[in-house]
Amino acid sequence: MSDMLHVSSSPHIRSKITTDRIMYLVLLALLPATCMGIYLFGIPALVLILCSVITCVATEYIYERLMKKPVTIHDGSAMVTGLLLALNLPSGAPWWMPVLGGVFAILVVKQLFGGLGQNIMNPALAGRCFLMISFAARMTDFSTSDSVTAKLVDTVSGATPLAEIKSGGSYDLLSMFLGTTRGTIGETSALLLLIGGIFLVVMKVIDLKIPLTYLGTFAVFALLFGGHGFDLGYVAAELCGGGLMLGAWFMATDYVTRPVTVKGQYVYGVILGLLTGLFRIFGGSAEGVSYAIIFSNLLVPIIERLTLPGGFGIVKQKGGKKS
Amino acid sequence: MGLLTFRGGIHPDDGKAMSKEQPITAIQAGPKLYYSMSQHIGAPAKPVVSKGDHVCRGQMIAEAGGFVSAPVHATVSGTVKGIEKMRMPGGNLADCIVVENDGQMEEVTYQEASLDSLSKEEILKRITAAGIVGMGGAGFPTHVKLAPKNPEAIDYILVNGAECEPYLTSDYRRMLEEPEKLVAGLQVILKIFPKAKGCICIEDNKPDCIRVMEEAAKGDSRIEVKTLKTKYPQGAERMLIFAVTGRKINSSLLPADAGCIVDNVDTVVAVAQAALKGKPLMERIMTVTGDAVKEPRNFLVPLGMLHQEVADAAGGFSTEPEKIISGGPMMGKALFTLNVPVIKTSSAILAMKEDEVAKYTPTACINCGRCVSVCPGQILPVRLSEFAEHGDEEKFLAYHGMECCECGCCSFVCPAKRQLTQTISSMRKILLAKRKKG
Repeated sequence: MSDMLHVSSSPHIRSKITTDRIMYLVLLALLPATCMGIYLFGIPALVLILCSVITCVATEYIYERLMKKPVTIHDGSAMVTGLLLALNLPSGAPWWMPVLGGVFAILVVKQLFGGLGQNIMNPALAGRCFLMISFAARMTDFSTSDSVTAKLVDTVSGATPLAEIKSGGSYDLLSMFLGTTRGTIGETSALLLLIGGIFLVVMKVIDLKIPLTYLGTFAVFALLFGGHGFDLGYVAAELCGGGLMLGAWFMATDYVTRPVTVKGQYVYGVILGLLTGLFRIFGGSAEGVSYAIIFSNLLVPIIERLTLPGGFGIVKQKGGKKS
Repeated sequence: MGLLTFRGGIHPDDGKAMSKEQPITAIQAGPKLYYSMSQHIGAPAKPVVSKGDHVCRGQMIAEAGGFVSAPVHATVSGTVKGIEKMRMPGGNLADCIVVENDGQMEEVTYQEASLDSLSKEEILKRITAAGIVGMGGAGFPTHVKLAPKNPEAIDYILVNGAECEPYLTSDYRRMLEEPEKLVAGLQVILKIFPKAKGCICIEDNKPDCIRVMEEAAKGDSRIEVKTLKTKYPQGAERMLIFAVTGRKINSSLLPADAGCIVDNVDTVVAVAQAALKGKPLMERIMTVTGDAVKEPRNFLVPLGMLHQEVADAAGGFSTEPEKIISGGPMMGKALFTLNVPVIKTSSAILAMKEDEVAKYTPTACINCGRCVSVCPGQILPVRLSEFAEHGDEEKFLAYHGMECCECGCCSFVCPAKRQLTQTISSMRKILLAKRKKG
């Protein structure tokens, strides 16, 4: 039957971009920050990252096998979830925490909602929040061994720069920008996260709409309500500190859980900025990015509905004009 | 100043290099020709010859089946063998008048005329009689297009020379080789709409065409060449109108509602032939190309030839093609046989070694939004295809599903390789059919 021709509906050509490629690009973009985490916090950080990634991939594999669904671990999305979850953990966390968080993220948040593309919250962040609620003390314990502490620019031992700012202490902006400071494994270096984010923009995986509206709105909020007057150093420290850079470039931009409409993405960015400001400045904790993103994820359907594009050449109905 | 364009769109590999340098060559009609009664949008033409009749080249063999319809002419002399049902490039069956070519090429005599001697009505009559339809692909009868409800309101005649479909080079060659015919055709149309301005719209990847056309149009102050940004689907009617005039029309409006008439390059040339030479539409330019074609070419093809004969004229295939397309790769129709006659809207034969569509299996949508950012219709293909799959007509309409122009950009960019265009266009067809039923 060599004379059989393929027949399908148009178009007959496809771009080179695939889901797998996108996921591997995200992993690549996270590499600088990941390396920094391993350099700073040593082998324990590496162990946590491996535990998290392996758990996520294994959970997806086992679930899909048991449910007799096509196995999709090659697409790299479970690896991204695993890596992001690990980057959101303090380096002193025990190994079973990423395992528990990973199972929760993949099984409950992703697969039970229908798998890739169907989850309503970012799985990695949902996993982190799950751990945060369950093991608050361990998740906020940023103390390190002496050998690690020696690498850090530390003012008060055991506290993250954001927590210090919140309690009225001083901060070292340069170390917060470069990453030689306390925090979760992947969040410390604003610079390396920024490099990763810009890499994704250049590779056209993400665009600037969400990160810039998010960071911009948050900066304005911090300036207005931060209680530090017109102190740009403080705003810069708030931008570099905590999970903001990681969240703004890698998690708020998660395709599945952000609005797909153009206007909606601006709205989403603004809401994220406002919520993060609200949680950080007026909330009990110095951090607020995870909850801000998770909460905004839940608003996505409504944001989308309110920001539907009109369609090319469609005139809004006004006084019985043509639609 | 930026180039004229629209929002959205894609930049696929254009593949034009293969056939771009090949001059237009005429090919000889084969032993049998098949004239379809459905080469246009509207009512099928009605045969006016019967089995055994002798016909000449240029003789009308089927008359228009209504106002929105077009007559069909023989392109060779010979004997009518009967009427057969045949596959069209779109896959549908249509009645075809079969004519056996006697090789004599006896031709009817044509009534030449100068533009000055013709009135508007006479021009329209000649175009109607010539059976001219939109040769860009839609096949809308040109005489209907040129007779809008309010001719006074038309202020732009746009010649669509964008040729934004990858691989196609027929309009390119036509403009390069016969710019004077295109200008003559545009002048004929401008005579019908004396207040209008004529614009020849060309993408900036064809600088040689732009130069040649500017030179050819120099003597006529009503005609201007417009340079467009190279981007698919720049040649889509509504996108073209927006790029040149800044006017936006939705799918339920006609270009005339925005004061525009848009005609394809070959169509305008056919108008010149009809009005000035009195010749009916008998041939068109086809690009035969693709990586499976031995010698990619641009041919002047008599209508009614088989695709097989046209492909053979290009030396046949160098390797077994996996897919053969009538038209371009973005909006063309896949053929399962080459035993299909060339009709007025057949712009190309594209034979590809590898079928990119079959290479990928669709996977889950990750909501990346690429389809949204490329959609020239500014709608949400991702949501519409979901509604289409679920048969949710109400939501499909509420999300402006009918605005889809089926350009294929969404399917092209989708990283999950989902068949977005296909699902949306199926739903549109269902809804259009329902609308027709009332």
